[in-house]
Amino acid sequence: MTPSTPALVAGILVLGAGTYALRVAGPLLGERLSPSPAARRLLERAAVVLLTALTALAALIQDSGFAGAARPAGVLVAGILAWRRAPFLVIVLSAAATTAALRLLGTT
Amino acid sequence: MSDRSFDLTDRSGLFIVSTMRSLHRTLGGPLVRDIALVSLADAVVGLSHGAIATSAGLAWWVPVLLSVAVFAGGAQFLFVGVVTAGGSVTAAVAAALLVNARHLPFGLAIVDALGTGRLRRLAGSHLMTDETVAFTLAQHDPARRRAVYWTCGVALLAVWNLSVAAGAQAGRAIRDTGALGLDAAFPAVLLALVLPSLRDAGTRHAALAGAAIALAAACFLPAGLPVLLALLGLLAVHPAVRARTGRVTS
Repeated sequence: MTPSTPALVAGILVLGAGTYALRVAGPLLGERLSPSPAARRLLERAAVVLLTALTALAALIQDSGFAGAARPAGVLVAGILAWRRAPFLVIVLSAAATTAALRLLGTT
Repeated sequence: MSDRSFDLTDRSGLFIVSTMRSLHRTLGGPLVRDIALVSLADAVVGLSHGAIATSAGLAWWVPVLLSVAVFAGGAQFLFVGVVTAGGSVTAAVAAALLVNARHLPFGLAIVDALGTGRLRRLAGSHLMTDETVAFTLAQHDPARRRAVYWTCGVALLAVWNLSVAAGAQAGRAIRDTGALGLDAAFPAVLLALVLPSLRDAGTRHAALAGAAIALAAACFLPAGLPVLLALLGLLAVHPAVRARTGRVTS
């Protein structure tokens, strides 16, 4: 029982418009106020904090609960390979392969 | 800086040509290769998104329209997740907008990389994604930051939309995307991109504290809020807080 087509189209368009507004707000604000070097460092750090949290959530959480061991194990392999400066494609395919292999062996 | 002369024109053709020319000069071979590899990696994520959406019962055009209009992997996965779990469209939009709220601080952090001029900022803003922001943050030379932002942004825009469309078609054939481990692809790309920025100790401490807060919050708050709460991690390395805890402990 998926929502009706008009509701989905409207929802996606609203989401698109809202997302663009969030994206463009920073650059348009930045035109008016030019942040100090210290403020810019803080903003860059904030961006990294958000990206790291998003990574952790995407790796570990599914529907407000633990996503199971297979996915974080794959992401951990990706982290180790990234640390050793492996190519991006190798990193991503290894992560998916690890997760898939663990699920094949019965880990959720 | 030779592309400055185009700042006052609003002819987007000239603007794109001049931007591309300066990109070619500024980007070295290894950087181009890295951007190509991230694009390939995101193609896998895009395939997984399209496949997950249609194998869960959504029409093929849902992930395709999402990719064109929204162009943000995390929000798209969330939207599809909420809708296919029986949630309302309104709830899906609200959650995805919350997740995308991080683009506001992103925009403030990389405003210089978009280049000067209103047209560049308006057009460049749509290219703002986690991958492109992470890539840009790893560069310190202004010209390179601009080149990386635009090259990575345009490449990902093309790759993302094509791969999601392909995945949407394949999704009907793939019965279980989980069995292929495709759900690990998105966090894997993000982790690889964010790792270089974590070399700075202060940033690393703030990021780890923020991730811990987000994970704890995810157990009882609706999707979208936990990632924003991670910003509290910044307090862990704030000079005022550090000075106060320092006084208490020493």
